[in-house]
Amino acid sequence: MDATAAPDASASPGPPTARRADSGPAPASNPAPASGPRPKGQAPGPPPRPPEDSPVRKLGEQFFDAVAEVGNLAVFSGLTLMWLVRRRPRWSTLVPNFYVIGVKSMPVVAVTGTFIGMVLAVQAHRQFEAMGMETRLGSVINISLVKELGPVLAATMLAGRVGSAMAAELGTMRVTEQVDALDVLGANPIAYLAVPRLLACVLLIPLLTLMADFMGIIGGAVVSTQMLGVDSYHYWAHSRAFVGGLDIFAGVFKSYFFGAAIALISCHRGFNCSAGAEGVGKAATEAFVTSFVAILFLDFCLGLMWNKVYVAIWPNSGTLI
Amino acid sequence: MDAPQASPAPRPASPAEPPRAIVELEGIGMEFRHHPVLRDVSIAVPKGQTLCVIGESGCGKTVLLKLMIGLLRPTRGSVRFDGNDLGSLDSYELNQVRLRFGFLFQMAALFDSLSIYDNVAFGPREHRLYNETMLRRVVLDRLREVGLPPGIEAKKPAELSGGQRKRVGLARALATDPEVMLYDEPTTGLDPIMSDVINELILQTQRTKHTTGIVVTHDMKTVTKVADRVVMLYPLSRLRPDEPQVLYDGPPDALEDHPDPRVRQFVRGEAGERLSELSQGRG
Repeated sequence: MDATAAPDASASPGPPTARRADSGPAPASNPAPASGPRPKGQAPGPPPRPPEDSPVRKLGEQFFDAVAEVGNLAVFSGLTLMWLVRRRPRWSTLVPNFYVIGVKSMPVVAVTGTFIGMVLAVQAHRQFEAMGMETRLGSVINISLVKELGPVLAATMLAGRVGSAMAAELGTMRVTEQVDALDVLGANPIAYLAVPRLLACVLLIPLLTLMADFMGIIGGAVVSTQMLGVDSYHYWAHSRAFVGGLDIFAGVFKSYFFGAAIALISCHRGFNCSAGAEGVGKAATEAFVTSFVAILFLDFCLGLMWNKVYVAIWPNSGTLI
Repeated sequence: MDAPQASPAPRPASPAEPPRAIVELEGIGMEFRHHPVLRDVSIAVPKGQTLCVIGESGCGKTVLLKLMIGLLRPTRGSVRFDGNDLGSLDSYELNQVRLRFGFLFQMAALFDSLSIYDNVAFGPREHRLYNETMLRRVVLDRLREVGLPPGIEAKKPAELSGGQRKRVGLARALATDPEVMLYDEPTTGLDPIMSDVINELILQTQRTKHTTGIVVTHDMKTVTKVADRVVMLYPLSRLRPDEPQVLYDGPPDALEDHPDPRVRQFVRGEAGERLSELSQGRG
């Protein structure tokens, strides 16, 4: 049986209940002294355990729950990758996910990308103008967009629009026993539900990133050259000089990881959703928040890694990020 | 160690021999996050029998059903289907075992995104049982058998009433021609007439397809109508540690006059002192 089929069962290993009952506070009539002189000849007993409602115990339980949650996500990710290799998803499950995740995300990603390019132009223009370098605005706007803001914003929009919806949909399926029904009817829920979503996110997020980059570049250029009066020729000349194919590739490369993180985290939250409308809402919120933190964490790690690789290949060149 | 003996030749089952158990639970214990739900429950269901599992909410009836089909793994004990321990099967083997089960979920658990046709065709498609022409015939036959009108196959689950959804759930469960049907509270949430329709369909399935049936229910009308045998579970929170969780295991007609007052209270649906116990937080 796969891990998702019995989340409660797998989440409940541990000592029998009777042992937990023994671990409560000692009776008041025979208190176990935490310190002080022990009567002669008395064997040292086990150290007193904190009572059930003590803050230390609660903190410890929360810590172990968090560790278990990370482990659970790792196992879930491993199983999803295993099913990705083991069984090719059907077109009937892939196409709707490609449509919802890719096509339906295009307008919001395009609008966000355009505005980010425009805002960057407005914010950076005064600084550059003060130094008499406003013609170099294009290089800063475009390198920021293709290496950082394009991929991160496209991923954030995907996490908000698609990640929460995935968690809510799968959570509702879990609560209404549709996930159990899949298992009973012979379809592995991870293969049927998580793998197509992972594929759609990983394969389509690079395209969304490129679209966010493109729209941001257009937005930044229009504001800079048409509203702020930057010379068009120099704007594009500096952009060409500073932004290369490798920079665009760096952003697109990161987006694959962002897409995988969004799909895995959101599907995991959905599969482990607790009962009721509150549980579904919580799963959707957690999916977005956790995905967003993961995007920023991955962005930092991949940025560091990219710089090291870049410097190793071209030791004499500097990097902007 | 004894010398191995020659195995006796198989002999035909005599009429006196009890029928072979197809589903066996042995010493089952189940707990969720240190919260015990089932304790040392052993039940064997012979082939062809319709067993009703009754008991108060929270006594572990649905958990028992999910253990039988391998959706949950027991904390203790073993579940066997046709002699095979479900815990020892790999995912492919478990899938093959599940093909021999049908499961009617409490709220039908139809896939919202699929049409009624695709819902009923889902199991046979996953197991590649028929070609599409044959599958169409099977799906329409199953929908007709549960009394659904032609044309309903094109609708989505959201367009159906509760009774229709339940019957589509039954048609979906029967589409793979299962040997064992599991019903999780089949009449919950339905009006009395539709409840009786579902009871009739359970009987009809048992008669025409000779399936073994395991019905989890609160509904005593369902019990008296469909059960060959009744098992009553009691919530662990209300039991002493030395008491068995199965309060009753026998024919349905002996339930009413059982010496245990807890069995009689449930069968007659009497609140007794329960309200005052609940208000004191002892429920």
